[in-house]
Amino acid sequence: MKDEGGMNIESAVCAPPLPHGEQIVMGHGAGGRMSRRLIEQAFLPAFQNPALSAGNDAALVMPDSRQRLSISTDAHVVSPLFFPGGDIGRLAVCGTVNDVAMLGARPLYLTAGFILEEGLPMATLQRVIESMRLAAEEAGVQIVAGDTKVVQKGKADGLYITTTGVGVVREGVEVGGANARAGDAVILSGTIGDHGIAVLGARGELGFESSIRSDVAPLNHLIEAVLDVCPNVHVLRDPTRGGLATTLNEIALQSNLGILLDEQTLPVHPQVAAACEMLGFDPLYIANEGKLVCMVPREEAEKVLGVMRKTRYGEGAVLIGEVAAEPKGCVLLKTVIGSTRVLDMLAGEMLPRIC
Amino acid sequence: MKYVTEYRDAALVKGVIEEIRRTVTRPWTLMEICGGQTHAIVRHGIDQLLPREIELVHGPGCPVCVTPLELIDKALAIASRPDVIFCSYGDMLRVPGSGRDLFSVRAQGGDVRVVYSPLDAVSLAEQNPEKQVVFFAIGFETTAPPNVMSVLQAQRRGLKNFSILVSHVRVPPAIEAILSSPTNRVQGFLLAGHVCAVMGYWEYPPLVERFKVPMTVTGFEPLDVVQGILVTVQMLEAGRVEVANAYQRAVTFEGLKPAQAAINRVFMECDRKWRGIGEIPMSGWCLRPEFDEFNAEKRFDVEAVCAEESPLCIAGQILQGLKKPLDCPAFGKECTPERPLGATMVSSEGACAAYYKYKG
Repeated sequence: MKDEGGMNIESAVCAPPLPHGEQIVMGHGAGGRMSRRLIEQAFLPAFQNPALSAGNDAALVMPDSRQRLSISTDAHVVSPLFFPGGDIGRLAVCGTVNDVAMLGARPLYLTAGFILEEGLPMATLQRVIESMRLAAEEAGVQIVAGDTKVVQKGKADGLYITTTGVGVVREGVEVGGANARAGDAVILSGTIGDHGIAVLGARGELGFESSIRSDVAPLNHLIEAVLDVCPNVHVLRDPTRGGLATTLNEIALQSNLGILLDEQTLPVHPQVAAACEMLGFDPLYIANEGKLVCMVPREEAEKVLGVMRKTRYGEGAVLIGEVAAEPKGCVLLKTVIGSTRVLDMLAGEMLPRIC
Repeated sequence: MKYVTEYRDAALVKGVIEEIRRTVTRPWTLMEICGGQTHAIVRHGIDQLLPREIELVHGPGCPVCVTPLELIDKALAIASRPDVIFCSYGDMLRVPGSGRDLFSVRAQGGDVRVVYSPLDAVSLAEQNPEKQVVFFAIGFETTAPPNVMSVLQAQRRGLKNFSILVSHVRVPPAIEAILSSPTNRVQGFLLAGHVCAVMGYWEYPPLVERFKVPMTVTGFEPLDVVQGILVTVQMLEAGRVEVANAYQRAVTFEGLKPAQAAINRVFMECDRKWRGIGEIPMSGWCLRPEFDEFNAEKRFDVEAVCAEESPLCIAGQILQGLKKPLDCPAFGKECTPERPLGATMVSSEGACAAYYKYKG
């Protein structure tokens, strides 16, 4: 049926779906739902075991009945290699240290694999190594083994680093995404979105100057301080790729509980907020590399906040919400104007919005 | 953030909503024309705070959603060429063409780049003289000035390797088409503030006159949106049929004359297909013949491919305000942002994507 306005209402249809199941696209690496599906469909069925299936950033393993180890591995690809506040070396150490520590473990040893591109200046490599040395020193871990491969010019973005870390889980501590409890307080250690915007800015893609620095930092000392006063922490997680929104959705799914956030309380650096407004991004979906979110029994929240605020990387800690029995597996956001909406996880690749 | 935070003030927003509540005496159906406004409404949950009498339906104002399939297919064909650097606004990468999208093209080796400004694409053309640089010039009136500037800049710099694939649409013919439809139920419009910042609002009084439907130029922050609703409801309740401006800090009646002059120099009006809706006469812009050398459709041999579209998707009816995303049986099941059946789910400005993201 065609009316005089030229609108063909009856035949209004759209294109068939694109599952992207046949080849890898960038969205598979964005840390959102596409990454999750890749893991569930490609990796989990092949490697099926309880430690992997727990779905945390690190695996909890028990080689014998006395020791609990936390093991994690992380591949680092970042362009540019150096950005305000950090570089790929610091990122490679902190990323794995943090993942190991998020099970309530004390990270001890790291290994590092380097994929170097032919033509990489030796001075660049030296700078990265020095940065790794300093980060490891700060975190109190040793880099005890490594490997080096060189690939042809054009086959890598300068260099890629993979790190693996091992730590010992504190006695009596039971931390993991599935351990959230209804009534828990949700605490965030500081501003969100700094790392992602700093890296984007360093790529020269923003079209304007900013002084935003990446927050990349080892969080193990902050976690130790928290566990000292509150061994009863239920969840620790660092909201990296996919941002805070994606991380909280993962925890909601793991624990089958609801998470209620108060938008008003979310700390965002004014420059990050401005960059996001201009570029059409949402800070809730932007990567962080030096922040953690923790869930603790309501009555311990003030104590934990007090301790966090005394540490170097937890100065900006705030209470951002609570865990609830409903809606199960879902994150709700109370907006600044007082309404409530669903806060979904990142779908695929994060794209800037037009207009 | 100055000039933003003030317009998200909960107390001020609540005050205006109270005023709407006091004003409204019977049900009204309003359409926000712009995808950016749909996004703001759902992101901030504005619709939840409104009195029951006010129904907001979402208009066809997302340029990504309405870009026709055959043009996407042309984009995919051009972007697949080894001699081409294909530049696009980010949102367009996810829009499915016939079986592929720009993500797939990139994964298969195509050089597809997200740019923030078409002028970045002009610079790329200058830096890569051995490559053909093509910019996917989509959008409403808002993106027209930068898009035509890219052509004028390329011309001034004497670039022979820059062209644009144009899919420009205009708001007034879309409103005319919606109001001409026998199934129309929209009683008042929130006009797209940023479109009007460029074009002014001199194009709308004849439409208001002809269809007797009030319209209000409206901004994008929560306070702007509720203010636009209030002004429209006041007109409806008083039986006044006018064009009002509730976005005075950005919009004048005449708009930006130099921008309009630049648009008219490079573009001319043409018929356009709207994805999911069909062809609307004189609803778009295309390049004037004197700019043929910058017309990617002429530079590359691109054939339109016909495609069978999903019969499940009701994007067309959503774009026309006949249905809401939650009315769709495929919503959130067969159709999600990662596996979009329709363009309204693809773009972050699309109504379905906004519902999926914020309403679950």
